[in-house]
Amino acid sequence: MRQSHRLNDIGLINRDKVITFNFNGKSYQGYEGDTLASALLANGVHLVGRSFKYHRPRGFIGAGVDEPNAKLQVTINGHSEPNINATEIELVDGLSATSQNCWPSVEFDIGAINNFLKRFFPAGFYYKTFMWPKSFWYKVYEPFIRKAAGLGVASLEKDKERYEHKFEYCDLLVTGSGPSGLASAYAAAKNGAKVILAEDKPRYGGTLLTDDVSIDNMSGKDWSEKIVSELKKMPNVTLKNRSQVFGYYDHNMMVMFERVGDHLTNKSKYTPRQRLWYIRAKETILSTGSIERPIVFGNNDTPGVVLSSAAKEYMKVYGVLVGRKPIIFTNNDSAYETAFEFKKNNVEPIILDTREEHDSEVVQEAKNKGIQIKFSYGVIVANGYKKVKSAKIGKLTKDKKSFESTETINCDCICVSGFWTPTVHLASQSGNKLKFDEKIDAFIPDKSKQNEKTVGAANGSFTLQETIESGFKTGSELSSKITDRNNENKIPTVTETKHNVHDKFWCMPLPKNENPKRFVDFQNDVAVSDIEIALREGYRSIEHVKRYTTLGMATDQGRTSNLNGLQMVSNIENKIVPEVGHTTFRPPFTPITIGTIVGREVGMEFMPTRKTPMHDWHEKNNAVFVDAGAWKRPRYYKQGNETLLEASKREAKNVRENVGICDVTTLGKIDIKGPDAAEFLNRVYTNAWLKLPVGKARYGVMLREDGMIMDDGTTTRISENHYHMTTTTAQAANVLSHLEYYLQIVWPELNVNVVSTTEQWAGAAIAGPKSRDMLSKLFPDLDVSNEALPFMGYIESNLFGVPARIFRISFSGELAYEVNVESNYGLFMWEKMMEIGQEFNNQPYGTEALSTLRIEMGHVAGPELDGRTIPQDVSLDGLVSKKKDFIGKNSLGKEAFILENRQKIVGLVPTDRKSSIPEGSHLVENEKAKLPNPKLGHVSSSCWSVENNNPFSLAIVNDGKNMIGKKLFAVSPLKNTSIEVEIISSHYVDPEGKRVRS
Amino acid sequence: MLHINCPFCGLRAQKEFAYGGDATVKRPELNKEVSKEEWDNFVYMRKSPRGKHIELWHHISGCRQWFKVQRDTATHEIFKTAKMSEEIV
Ligand SMILES: [Zn+2]
Repeated sequence: MRQSHRLNDIGLINRDKVITFNFNGKSYQGYEGDTLASALLANGVHLVGRSFKYHRPRGFIGAGVDEPNAKLQVTINGHSEPNINATEIELVDGLSATSQNCWPSVEFDIGAINNFLKRFFPAGFYYKTFMWPKSFWYKVYEPFIRKAAGLGVASLEKDKERYEHKFEYCDLLVTGSGPSGLASAYAAAKNGAKVILAEDKPRYGGTLLTDDVSIDNMSGKDWSEKIVSELKKMPNVTLKNRSQVFGYYDHNMMVMFERVGDHLTNKSKYTPRQRLWYIRAKETILSTGSIERPIVFGNNDTPGVVLSSAAKEYMKVYGVLVGRKPIIFTNNDSAYETAFEFKKNNVEPIILDTREEHDSEVVQEAKNKGIQIKFSYGVIVANGYKKVKSAKIGKLTKDKKSFESTETINCDCICVSGFWTPTVHLASQSGNKLKFDEKIDAFIPDKSKQNEKTVGAANGSFTLQETIESGFKTGSELSSKITDRNNENKIPTVTETKHNVHDKFWCMPLPKNENPKRFVDFQNDVAVSDIEIALREGYRSIEHVKRYTTLGMATDQGRTSNLNGLQMVSNIENKIVPEVGHTTFRPPFTPITIGTIVGREVGMEFMPTRKTPMHDWHEKNNAVFVDAGAWKRPRYYKQGNETLLEASKREAKNVRENVGICDVTTLGKIDIKGPDAAEFLNRVYTNAWLKLPVGKARYGVMLREDGMIMDDGTTTRISENHYHMTTTTAQAANVLSHLEYYLQIVWPELNVNVVSTTEQWAGAAIAGPKSRDMLSKLFPDLDVSNEALPFMGYIESNLFGVPARIFRISFSGELAYEVNVESNYGLFMWEKMMEIGQEFNNQPYGTEALSTLRIEMGHVAGPELDGRTIPQDVSLDGLVSKKKDFIGKNSLGKEAFILENRQKIVGLVPTDRKSSIPEGSHLVENEKAKLPNPKLGHVSSSCWSVENNNPFSLAIVNDGKNMIGKKLFAVSPLKNTSIEVEIISSHYVDPEGKRVRS
Repeated sequence: MLHINCPFCGLRAQKEFAYGGDATVKRPELNKEVSKEEWDNFVYMRKSPRGKHIELWHHISGCRQWFKVQRDTATHEIFKTAKMSEEIV
């Protein structure tokens, strides 16, 4: 198949490998080494999309990251992604792309009617139109905006690709492999520094691949290849192509995005698609080059209008002609080289130079080559709808505000050059305040903020000589600071054309009675008229103008539009650009995939899964698991077709009647040792700890300094200076940090050590009236009588040869024990318990039954200790010592905390004794009251009381003490329920606590 | 991401640490009469200075030591880190 615009003997593509791809349903061919953009242009395709607001036909403007228009929906290997820059994605077999933001097709787009209605879509249109009424938002405005703003479509499929993260340290990171980047990387590498050289494109060399220069008698391309091959041989250098440093963060950390597998057709299973690098560099060289900016003129968004540098790159790198009848429209010398390249490939360009007639090296060369130049000329309007067909051009008057004459000439492309904008994004992100360089009409980095130095075109040096010299010098200086070596570099000899000064001209005036759109920001469809409106309506700050017009707010971050926008504002405001200032640059420099940001942390790898040693047993015995932080805990053990409620009732009932065992390994455990351990506990907990005897456990509550309960649990005195603390599963990590804080910072004089032993011990609770009988069979040689092992007692023993700790503590309110063994024996312990428990009708129980048991006993847990309750609120004031001081004690005297009608924990039963009360329901007096209905409290925990066979809940209610016996409504707008409830005591079962002591 | 020099472990990435607030706050002594104002200042009132600030960090994914960091809250520049027993002046 013929590629209509492919040149025969120029370009760096691999013509031996033909690649077939699909665009908007049509099959095309390109070559390996093409981008999707170059392959489409090779086939004469310019029209690739519709614009964001007006749905105007759009084509390619750039050849890389500067491209604002060619955002396509691209499918490779069945994986579809929106908003892919066609100028950046490499062509691969089977790639299929479609245009976005158009319906039914890019050729005929209904939305283009917006273009004819454009006077209704000025700046601020969205702000003005969608303000009111509020009720219209959800049903009218939002769907409309969403539809109109429809860029690509996110895939609903799971992303099957693999993404990776990598952490790297280096002496010097060089961002960009143009002449200054290569020179600085080379100089630093010669000094022995550990260097990373990152290049966004597949090919190293930057402008050396396209500029007509010679270095040490080699072409720019050959010199870059020589340097790259030398760098590749050096062990201290990492070269990364297809890798873009997109973010500059604190302490010299850069984030880089590497396209590892996107261009590979047969990549192995473990080759990631993309990789994110976190690079901590001692020094950074920003050699990010510059981006050509357009000159603004009428209908300058017509397909076929391209940047002159892009036209040259398409020819020299890809062997592609963007047109056969080009106009070169420029205010500077660099675009002449694009004209020369056209001429070299037997295409006749015409140059329109906004500068007055003058002489220079390039002008002479053009004349020698027989290229027609029209001085003081510019393009006024591009004609043609889906493709440039001709251009109305005009001779500018001396003041350049109107025309002496106009004419129309035929053309099929307009290559425009409005001079160069240094790419200062990374420097700005590092905190560098930019400064305006009058010479080049653009911002360049000012004083370094972090360890960064900008070199080459990014620093406003637009001659190769200067660029290469500063590269060698900076690379050498920065590296010798680190390596203490100072290699002598021979600076190469450079031959290049001398460029004259450019014309400070950026926007063509309009002829009388004509009003074509002149676009400043292509991606967001912001025209000159929009900026004028914003200023007319009183917006002055450039940040406000930006937000009102959306100028520079698209994903291209205004790479081609920012400066022209600033020029526009400064002209209208009669200020100089530096007074207008510039908007903020933020990472990422170009859009990156969510997959890359997430990396391997998806699915099971999202966070670690913590399993107890008995996990496999639970799994085999039909446990249904629930997440408790990172832990998996059995919620219930399903039998047959049981529901959650049925299973938890069965399990809880069995504990009340017989005996059950529960895996409590997940409870936080902290080992506390040292001569001052008792004193420390005495300060941490609200109750007294100095007199706890060895072999005894005690329940304790700890507060934050603001008086709120932090956590509760039992702590056991194992020996004179050794305690075993338990915490709730959820607070384990926080409690450890809390203890360390007080030991290391507040009371360093205390001789105490703490360490987490949560994972060292496996724990099982044995609960129920038959638990003592069962325990005695587990430890046949041990006296487990109420006298030998009373409530809150502790004994060490061995479980069939395995050392075990036995605590007589209870969360269920029944006679109960907890047995701990070393983790590796956890399963052994559990299986022994299951085996021996058979004769006592032992059943395992999960967290749902565990909750049921503790709720009907009125024992508080996480939902009550939610960081907003003090001990009195949950009836734990009995544990608050009046005699000693402890963490948070001073706060308990606060006025609000000692109010008579302070909130308090109560129990609730539905008056119908049937309806379960949703947790989180609000308690109100009148269910039908007008909103906002005053809230008297909330339901914290709910269960089905197995003891009384009806629903029961715990709640925290205002003036709880005096509410017993009253009736309220528990309303849950979420569940759409309203249940009449009776307030009773929070201790629904065994209020005297007889069972635990039995 | 900050690069923090743990006085015990050396330079480590910020994600290994937890922030702990103003290091110059002193807890009132135990068992001593504290005025309401003094206590409230200790529990609630914190300065939020722009510029140099001595703060606490906890090397939770490392040596588990709390230590002091002198950092510029506007630029994130870290001037000094020190063990709790050492003074930053
Ligand atoms: Zn450390």
